[in-house]
Amino acid sequence: MTETVTTVTTEEDEGETRRDFLLIATSAVGAVGAALAAWPFIDTMNPAADTLALASTEVDLSAIEEGQAITVVWRGKPVFIRKRTVAEIESAEKTNVADLPDPEEDAKRVQKPEWLIMVGICTHLGCIPLGQKAGDPRGEFGGWFCPCHGSHYDTSGRIRKGPAPNNLAVPPYKFVDDESIKIG
Amino acid sequence: MTKPNWAARAVKGTVDWIDYRLPVFTFVNHHLVEYPTPRNLNYWWNFGSLAGIVLVIMIATGIFLAMNYTPHVDFAFASVERIMRDVNYGWLMRYVHMNGGSMFFLLVYIHLFRGLYYGSYKAPREILWIIGVFLIFAMMGTAFVGYVLPWGQMSFWAATVITSMFSAIPLVGESIVNWLWGGFAVGNPTLNRFFSLHYLLPFVIFGLVFIHLWALHTHKSSNPLGVEVKDEQDTIPFHPYYTIKDTFGFGVMMVFYMAVVFFAPDMFGETINYVKANPMQTPPHIVPEWYFLPFYAILRAISFDVWFIPAKLIGVVLMGGAVGILIFMPWLDRSPVRSARFRPIYKQFFWIFLLDCLILGYVGAKPPEGALIAIGQAATFYYFFHFIVIVPLVSVLEKPRSLPASISAAVTKAPAKGAS
Repeated sequence: MTETVTTVTTEEDEGETRRDFLLIATSAVGAVGAALAAWPFIDTMNPAADTLALASTEVDLSAIEEGQAITVVWRGKPVFIRKRTVAEIESAEKTNVADLPDPEEDAKRVQKPEWLIMVGICTHLGCIPLGQKAGDPRGEFGGWFCPCHGSHYDTSGRIRKGPAPNNLAVPPYKFVDDESIKIG
Repeated sequence: MTKPNWAARAVKGTVDWIDYRLPVFTFVNHHLVEYPTPRNLNYWWNFGSLAGIVLVIMIATGIFLAMNYTPHVDFAFASVERIMRDVNYGWLMRYVHMNGGSMFFLLVYIHLFRGLYYGSYKAPREILWIIGVFLIFAMMGTAFVGYVLPWGQMSFWAATVITSMFSAIPLVGESIVNWLWGGFAVGNPTLNRFFSLHYLLPFVIFGLVFIHLWALHTHKSSNPLGVEVKDEQDTIPFHPYYTIKDTFGFGVMMVFYMAVVFFAPDMFGETINYVKANPMQTPPHIVPEWYFLPFYAILRAISFDVWFIPAKLIGVVLMGGAVGILIFMPWLDRSPVRSARFRPIYKQFFWIFLLDCLILGYVGAKPPEGALIAIGQAATFYYFFHFIVIVPLVSVLEKPRSLPASISAAVTKAPAKGAS
């Protein structure tokens, strides 16, 4: 009697285990399927093909005087181009890089010392720093000043003070000839 | 659920016929008529239903605004101006909608502080409270995407600054931001999806409100004494006692709301948002709407790295955490007593905390200069110190005043000594 009961219970247990396994396996496959089906929805929100078709921007530098700056548009973003003065180059090169929040030599940020070319977007939260126009505040280090949250950039576009974590980004560009560049 | 008792015979037949098939009348009777409500609710208990009414006003005006709005970077700004000038009553719809955002936050913030003062988050209402926190997050998301739609200067730069916060996430931050934008800067794809989300999210809020009310009606309202309802003596039916009280509150609220709409419609707004968005120029001083100012101050407060964690990431995490920490309130506060009326020490810290939030709001409105930086940092520190240290400590160390035996006992016998 006892034996019979035990046997029956064991068989039921095995049955339940097999069902549990099937249930878990089916649910797992279903979950993976649902996750895969979610991807097309998510991916529609990524930059579309026409947005990705990178436009490159050519810029003629010949009209820019020493100490002057212009802003051009590349991929919908402002790009700062400043022809630096001798004093600005000197102050950028003499800075003790080790003390900076994002240490980077000036030489690594420019191809020609007089031409500083950077994406003009504050690395904190994406505002456009001031300092391109005459009369703009340029911050405590003579470069750029972001009005949103008070980040100061130096004459190499490096972050010196304030909440931004990184230096202003240098976009890919090359000199087509001495007086013009191609960004992108 | 008891069925309502219908006076008019003629109506009764029809009502009974419907109610037998879809018990909608029984439902309304149960939740809005005979619904037993603590007899001692004060006017601070009006703000939940007022916020619900404003939600309905927002959805109604929003639907009609959407009929005349064009979500395209070239036309959005002009379409809003057309609503203001050419569409019949368009100006009214827009001013009611745009100030409705401010009203909604004002009411919900009062509702939230009511909960903090009277300990409404305590067992068994933790889930009710947590859904409330989710509601605040959903409201913030809705308000943010909605603010972008008129495509003014502040719209554009608010969109840029807030979406850029996600770039603080290590490794994948940049990809996430490009995903949010649908490009490499805030642009037309961004405006399109924000419009879509701004239409969707209010219905998410509506769903959350339904769950919020479901949880509320399970254990019913708390009350200013914080003593649970013990018997029928402690309650009165919702109708007519609280329908009339809520209606009066609604009248007072509408006087204020409509006074703003008709006499100072741009009081809460920023004038620079009447300048069309210019992706090449950040306005000299960008500020969010008033209801985000305390959180904006917290975001800006962190200007230093902590070990290897960059300042930007800490600022963003703290800003989200400032709302998120409310979720833990039921467990941070160990006191068995709900209402601050009987908690002399907690009561004082409650007011200090409220003051701290107002200071953060002030700092958030000003440019980050001079003493304001230090004040913002101190106020941010205190904000979290309140939740993480003061609330748990006070709840353990404080000796609460003695509670009345029941809600009705508090009025039929001598009130508890010193209770306010």
